[in-house]
Amino acid sequence: MKAFSRLLASLLYTPARNSKLRLLKAYLAETPDPDRGYALAALTGTLVFAEAKPAAVRDVARSRADPVLFDLSYDYVGDLAETVALIWPAKEETGQDLRLSEVVETLTLAARAKVPELLEGWLDRLDADARWALIKLLTGGLRVGVSERLAKTALAEHGKVELAQVEEVWHGLDPPYRPLFDWIEGRTPPPQIDTSRLFRPLMLAQALEEGDLLSLKPRDFRAEWKWDGIRVQIVSGPDGARLFSRGGEEVGPAFPDLVDRLKFSAVVDGELLVRHGEAVAPFNDLQQRLNRRKPSAKLIGDYPAFIRVYDLLFEGEEDLRHLGFDARRARLENWVAHAGLASGVIDLSPLVPFQDWEELGRHRLGAGTLNAEGLMLKRADSPYVAGRPKGLWFKWKRAADTIDAVLMYAQRGHGKRSSFYSDYTFGLWTQPGGELVPVGKAYFGFTDAELMEIDKWVRNNTVDRFGPVRQVAPALVVEIAFDSAQRSTRHKSGVALRFPRVARIRWDKPAGEADVLETLMRRIPA
Amino acid sequence: MQHPETWLRPTPAGLLVEPGGFYIDPTSPVSRAVITHGHSDHARGGHAAALATPETLAIMRSRIGPEPAKSVQPLGYGEPIEIGGVRVTLVPAGHILGSAQVVLEWQGSRAVVSGDYKRRRDPTCPPFEPVNCDVFITEATFALPVFRHPDDKEEVARLLHSMRVFPDRTHLVGVYALGKCQRLIRLVREAGYDQPIYLHGALIELCELYRDFGIDLGDLRPATEAPPGMFAGVLVLAPPSSLGDRWSRRMADPVLAFASGWMRIKQRAKQRGVELPLVISDHADWDELCQTLEDVAAPEVWVTHGREDALVHHATSRGIRARALSLLGFEEEGS
Repeated sequence: MKAFSRLLASLLYTPARNSKLRLLKAYLAETPDPDRGYALAALTGTLVFAEAKPAAVRDVARSRADPVLFDLSYDYVGDLAETVALIWPAKEETGQDLRLSEVVETLTLAARAKVPELLEGWLDRLDADARWALIKLLTGGLRVGVSERLAKTALAEHGKVELAQVEEVWHGLDPPYRPLFDWIEGRTPPPQIDTSRLFRPLMLAQALEEGDLLSLKPRDFRAEWKWDGIRVQIVSGPDGARLFSRGGEEVGPAFPDLVDRLKFSAVVDGELLVRHGEAVAPFNDLQQRLNRRKPSAKLIGDYPAFIRVYDLLFEGEEDLRHLGFDARRARLENWVAHAGLASGVIDLSPLVPFQDWEELGRHRLGAGTLNAEGLMLKRADSPYVAGRPKGLWFKWKRAADTIDAVLMYAQRGHGKRSSFYSDYTFGLWTQPGGELVPVGKAYFGFTDAELMEIDKWVRNNTVDRFGPVRQVAPALVVEIAFDSAQRSTRHKSGVALRFPRVARIRWDKPAGEADVLETLMRRIPA
Repeated sequence: MQHPETWLRPTPAGLLVEPGGFYIDPTSPVSRAVITHGHSDHARGGHAAALATPETLAIMRSRIGPEPAKSVQPLGYGEPIEIGGVRVTLVPAGHILGSAQVVLEWQGSRAVVSGDYKRRRDPTCPPFEPVNCDVFITEATFALPVFRHPDDKEEVARLLHSMRVFPDRTHLVGVYALGKCQRLIRLVREAGYDQPIYLHGALIELCELYRDFGIDLGDLRPATEAPPGMFAGVLVLAPPSSLGDRWSRRMADPVLAFASGWMRIKQRAKQRGVELPLVISDHADWDELCQTLEDVAAPEVWVTHGREDALVHHATSRGIRARALSLLGFEEEGS
């Protein structure tokens, strides 16, 4: 755990990508198997211990430390792993390191009831940094600024092979990836993998930045709607179909109504959506169907799912990914017309025709009425490349909607923001001159300098305090941007905002002129 | 005996010692002030009269100006005087050069105002002396059990190790100008580093002041004197605010370090863009705070600036009466 915790801490503190890459490569070169393979799995998010829950970690720590002091500390530090690592009463060091592989292999076999005892024993053997790394490992989400792609890049560079070669076999191998290391370090030929039912890493889009369009030529690009569902990859063959989310997780079991009807041999990229009559239903409806292992017939009937496809990666055994977008699109259209439509649960995502960016910009304004998040721009000649390559695909989201709301409550943040009031509850007037009703919370969208100003304002305008929460005088208007508004029975106001954030602080605007609830209710799509 | 709560009163200007008519570390100008130490949130200018150790007064002159108060009165450690019938003694607090606890005795009761303090060795000032008392007024900057400062020798060793590993990079260490800067220089010298150390302009005057009080800081040079090519492999100290500044652009791919107790929290280090966090603090950590409550054996503790809740909880569970005393004006991240 020592080497692993040193690696994680260095990665956390090192901002530069190249330095991170150097650290990763050094670790892969210096660390024996199987530890380095498990570390790689942890960094790529492949290692998941379903039996180790954050709550268990917290309970173990609260049993060892004074629970009141633990809670105060956790509130201050904001990060469970770090709080537990620091508060854990140190024992005499045994001098003997705990191997990462011992932890991983023991945990994989352990029953949930055994986890607390194991954890306690390990925490007693480790120093503060290693305790931190251990808990990060257990609870998942290392958050040390290393993307899956960066970790794989380090691996590829370590073995002097191409990243694409690693990507190709990655999802067919399991931690600790011995055949992979054996191959890239030249001891064996490439691992043989049955790719027929394997997830292929997705091609992702960059966000279109202001000004990008100036340097892009309209005729080089094709446009599609960016649907507001979840991205899925269909991998179907003679042995049946699998449905993967964008991270390669199987989501098929929640959608038997789809999987059972995908009887073809192809790998297809598309958007999982719910239908509302002829139209696409809001994301909220799709959410009803996510994570239900065994959906009832009623749920399936109420929220009928389908897949709107936009790319064809394989047709039969033939790999189409090296083809340009236009060529793949022609194959896709032909395929949908036959195998796709025949399934009854697939339709084609249409191209959005346009002559110039202005015309496309006008289309983008209409995205909301289609329940689309905006537009996708894809270079006509772009091959299908795993990851987020630069300059090939862009997402051009529709402009966010905004309302002017009044700040009602502010709560101290967590971690690095624990000394600032950084979490804001805002509200709208029931009617002009009426009362405020809270409609949401926003945690970001402001700069550090603005945070300092709001924090100061909150402290100076507090009218009441409830623990970490302050109620403030209804006097500050914040312009809130949000992706969509949805009806909600859980909120007093009857409306829930998707992805709300602070767009501007309206120091200039009198609170009485902020919006009324009715204005927001009108934005809810029918 | 007159319980201290009858004669010590928190006011908007600071803690007032009523029978003596003076304030301790007042935050706005008053007629009579007793100053615990030279950090700017404790030692402010504009008072009619100020009493402090000779070292603290020298620091105030350097930071505020030749006349930090209309009249000043130096008082050495352990030399009691009477102010309006209140007996006042300054006792070392171990925080920085000149830092003092204020021991107050009136009508048979004794209260101690700790100011800021720490318990571990500091080569630039005498150690904290616990004084038994009826009420102990303590700081609480690091009063959470997640704050346990490691041995400062280890932290300095990590700095010197990094300098060996990256011999062609500048090591730029953020330090508070008063106290941390000079202590870190002494610790680095004690660890055997005898090369010149380069200083940001804001640090020079206080280092000279420390030298005048007999603290040997070795070969110090203004960072402006080093030509750009000379920065490879050198140690540069600067105030935290100038770490990410244009000022550091001339340096050779600097390793940003920061010497502070806050560096214990990884996300804090990360937030500041610190690559090499050094956990070195001039404030007592959790264990030191708890130990001090035992050592002064006061039946009652008042907790000021910092994380009061945790220390009040701890004291209460040890059978000590404890409460938070809100005094305004002390900076959470104060030097």
